[in-house]
Amino acid sequence: MDRTVEAQFAPRLAGRIGLERTLALVARLRELGILVALAVIVVVVGVQAPRFLSVSNFEQILLSVSLIAIVAVGQTSVVLTRNVDLSVGSVVGLVAFVTGDLLKEHVLGVPGAILAGCALGLGLGALNGLIITVGRVPAIVATLGTLYVYRGLDFLIAGGKQVSAIDLPNSYLRIASSSVIGIPTLIVFAAVTAAIAAYLLRYSGTGRELYAIGSNPTAAELVGIPAQRLVFGAFVICGLLAGVAGVLWGSRFGTVNAFAAGGLELQVIAAVVVGGVNIFGGSGTVLGAVLGAALLGTIENALRILHLSQFWLQAIDGAVILLAVGTDAAIRSYFQRILMRTGRR
Amino acid sequence: MGWKRGAHIAIGGVMGLVLSACGGGGGGTSGGGGNLNIAFLPKQVNNPYFDVAASGGQEAAAELKGQFKQVGPSEATGAAQIPFIQTLTQQNVSAIVVSADDPNAIAPALKQAMQKGIKVVGYDSSPAPDARKVFINQADSKDIGEIEVQMVCDEIPGCAGEIAILSATSTATNQNAWIDFMKQALASNSKYSGLKLVKVAYGNDDPQTSTTEAQGLLQAYPNLKGIISPTTVGISAAAQVLEQTGKAGKVQLTGLGTPNLMRKFVKDGTCKQFALWNVKDLGYLAYYTAALMVQGKIKGQSGDKFHAGRLGDYTIGSDGVVLLGPPFVFKADNIDQLNF
Amino acid sequence: MITQLSALRTRVLARWETLLVLLLIVFIWLGSSLSPYFLSGSNFSDLTSNLMEKAIMALPLALIIIAGEIDLSVESMLGLASALLGLTYAIGWSLWLGIPLVLAVGALGGLLNGLLVTWARLPSLVVTLGTLALFRGLASVVLGPQSVSGWPAAFTNFGFGDVPGTLIPWPFVVFAVLAGAFTFVLHRTWIGRQLYAIGKNKEAARYAGIRVARAKTLLFVLSGVLSALAGVVLTARFSSARADNGQGFVLDVVTAVLLGGVNIFGGEGTIVGVVLAVFVIGVLRNGLTLADVSPDTQSVAVGALLIISVAGPTAVRRIRSAWSNRRLTQAADSS
Repeated sequence: MDRTVEAQFAPRLAGRIGLERTLALVARLRELGILVALAVIVVVVGVQAPRFLSVSNFEQILLSVSLIAIVAVGQTSVVLTRNVDLSVGSVVGLVAFVTGDLLKEHVLGVPGAILAGCALGLGLGALNGLIITVGRVPAIVATLGTLYVYRGLDFLIAGGKQVSAIDLPNSYLRIASSSVIGIPTLIVFAAVTAAIAAYLLRYSGTGRELYAIGSNPTAAELVGIPAQRLVFGAFVICGLLAGVAGVLWGSRFGTVNAFAAGGLELQVIAAVVVGGVNIFGGSGTVLGAVLGAALLGTIENALRILHLSQFWLQAIDGAVILLAVGTDAAIRSYFQRILMRTGRR
Repeated sequence: MGWKRGAHIAIGGVMGLVLSACGGGGGGTSGGGGNLNIAFLPKQVNNPYFDVAASGGQEAAAELKGQFKQVGPSEATGAAQIPFIQTLTQQNVSAIVVSADDPNAIAPALKQAMQKGIKVVGYDSSPAPDARKVFINQADSKDIGEIEVQMVCDEIPGCAGEIAILSATSTATNQNAWIDFMKQALASNSKYSGLKLVKVAYGNDDPQTSTTEAQGLLQAYPNLKGIISPTTVGISAAAQVLEQTGKAGKVQLTGLGTPNLMRKFVKDGTCKQFALWNVKDLGYLAYYTAALMVQGKIKGQSGDKFHAGRLGDYTIGSDGVVLLGPPFVFKADNIDQLNF
Repeated sequence: MITQLSALRTRVLARWETLLVLLLIVFIWLGSSLSPYFLSGSNFSDLTSNLMEKAIMALPLALIIIAGEIDLSVESMLGLASALLGLTYAIGWSLWLGIPLVLAVGALGGLLNGLLVTWARLPSLVVTLGTLALFRGLASVVLGPQSVSGWPAAFTNFGFGDVPGTLIPWPFVVFAVLAGAFTFVLHRTWIGRQLYAIGKNKEAARYAGIRVARAKTLLFVLSGVLSALAGVVLTARFSSARADNGQGFVLDVVTAVLLGGVNIFGGEGTIVGVVLAVFVIGVLRNGLTLADVSPDTQSVAVGALLIISVAGPTAVRRIRSAWSNRRLTQAADSS
């Protein structure tokens, strides 16, 4: 994408209707797009297989999506600042295993193990942040490295063992299978997390600063935004949320080996991208990311219900990603053309 | 730019020197004679089933005063097994006891090992027949297939309805053999005429994938009456899914699993019965057979008879296959007898 | 004298490639001390043959990153090529038909990537993320969960065997030829200079008359073709065509390119560096494997290596500039 052109014209549009309203407008359009796609799928598949429209089926979809959504929220805050965190899958896997192991070996009780897991996620995220801000290593390289390192640590700690569901206390396992006022706990967790993050990003100063860093880092520095500190914070949050997802992962699947959550990072980034978050930072919403995760999860569920071969799933996911990014680019170039017309005086 | 040319020459020189150092430590003496350095290479490590087999191998090693070690990939793929075979070949072990994720992918590496004089014995899942001398089969594949269909028929009221199979990886020799016999039994035996196999799903012996696939089966086939999972990882994942979704008892579960992992599920009725064999004995027998081959006491050909420690006498059958024994059915009344 | 020494320093000692050679020597020494089986011709032959597919894919990826883009879809094109080759062989086609077909598909896939990046102006990270999934998915559709085996002996000997009389794996010959060609083009021709220019400053390059879009598209096509070639080699080595062949390769390939000194932001890097880095990682992994360290644990070393390889020079540069700043201010103060 031509960042130089965008950087030139964004202030112009901002002058006309305000930068925030511009971003908000694009974001709403994008989210609407996903909702439309979701609606189309629901209608088409629902007609073919009414079972798809049942409450329990929607619950299934939301359940399978909830863990990815939690991680996607964290990833969004990182991507907004023009970075990326490829290590989230390894963090989820490592935290899931460590939490389960702590419980299996009776080192800690359930609350203690959960706290330890989240703290581990936070720490791993902080390490990422340090390497990127203090070490000045580009995020994609740093998190590619930590993807390897954290996964390798997972195997070192696991030492060839696995944690089985029978080793874990019921109170822990029930977190993932219980419900709160009829809605599964996992879904509530994900929804609450997303809501808090969305609110903070939209309405707090820090949130707006994250957007600023991503859309124009030089300008942000000139204005006095402490970019390094905020980027560090974004990675800490991303790690923390990945840790939370890891704790819930262990509860959901019960049996965890050192290979858990392998490849999750690509699923999360796909969800974020499909959700309209610009990989170059500066625009996108948490709601979009969550909807993106939901769209991909719905497609997977639809394939199963329709008895279509699972082998089409990856190909469809790939096509959806390309379509989503293409749409984004089209929207953006449309806005640019408007800007160029109005800008010519 | 002169330094670059120098760098090229330097690299080329080093590589050439090293690669053309033929013989060197590579060829050398083949693993043979009385030195028993035997390595187990299962489909994957971190798998409770193979850990139990390894304990059997260790028991035999202790009896025979040989060495035992187990190496393997964490992913159950043929591609991942190849570097381990090459390493063991480099390390000049006396024998490799291997369970194949993909019978063909590892064949060239195994043949290279055999060329160096290393004995190759298959166990659990056979590599391509020309890439191993002997294969220790835990039970007759036909028996295993038929008994699983039998068990699911016993458990489903009226022995009629849709059933699905949750397998391991799609290329595993043993899985495919058993599934073929299951399909044959379903097709040919009139007792099973009410059962309909709707899907074979692959859990890749990975707990997450198996869980997701099991959930997928329940979602895609709401009238599913039974699941057969001929793999430890799959059957325990399926049992958990059934309990979590409240379908335990409505969808019957059976297959192959280890008593320790399945004990809880058998006692609460999620899985009323399942089969296996003595996995420890499998490892024990595999080690023994490999050791006897290393020591030259048997050649590994059809008709060879040998005595395998506490398990007694065995004869190598056609195609170099040795049968451990018949499968064993676990139910609530006998599941506490065995601890593995 | 001093100018000659400092010239020597910048041209040889301070170069990244020299560091890689040192690293290679250190790891070879490490490997030999960890295991007596390391320093043998057959071991080096094994470790080399395990590396070749990744090495082949690293070559075009290096050019792509130098030009300021990235291609994550290489491993999936490998898988798609393997699956297609398996399918054509299984339905009776000769390899003489199948292999060119597969290479052509590789070119088409690369063309898709290239057009989406240059014509549709989409970020290559996301495009190739999408095609990473798309190509792998297509591979699954083509071959399903099956694997195809029973290849002709000549084919599998090529993949797994050595040049007769030596311990040099056949795929290494292919790779060596490609590496030589890439080195020549990148460092000795105007094409290479253009790529560096594009990577350093895309706009300036365009104003200078360089056809940026065409160059980038061709690079992606090249990447597609070589990934397909790697797929053919892998299929031969495993005697098995599968849709999931090559899964997980892309991380190693990207790591090799970055460790090789190619700047992730484009504009810098050499093929020699990338080749060295490929072997550095291979030797490290092989040495640890022979010492019975599991591959997944080895990942800690590889990941740390990647991070240090980027953080290190940056830190050194900052220390050096802080040092010279101090000296400047000292000089200014004392005058």
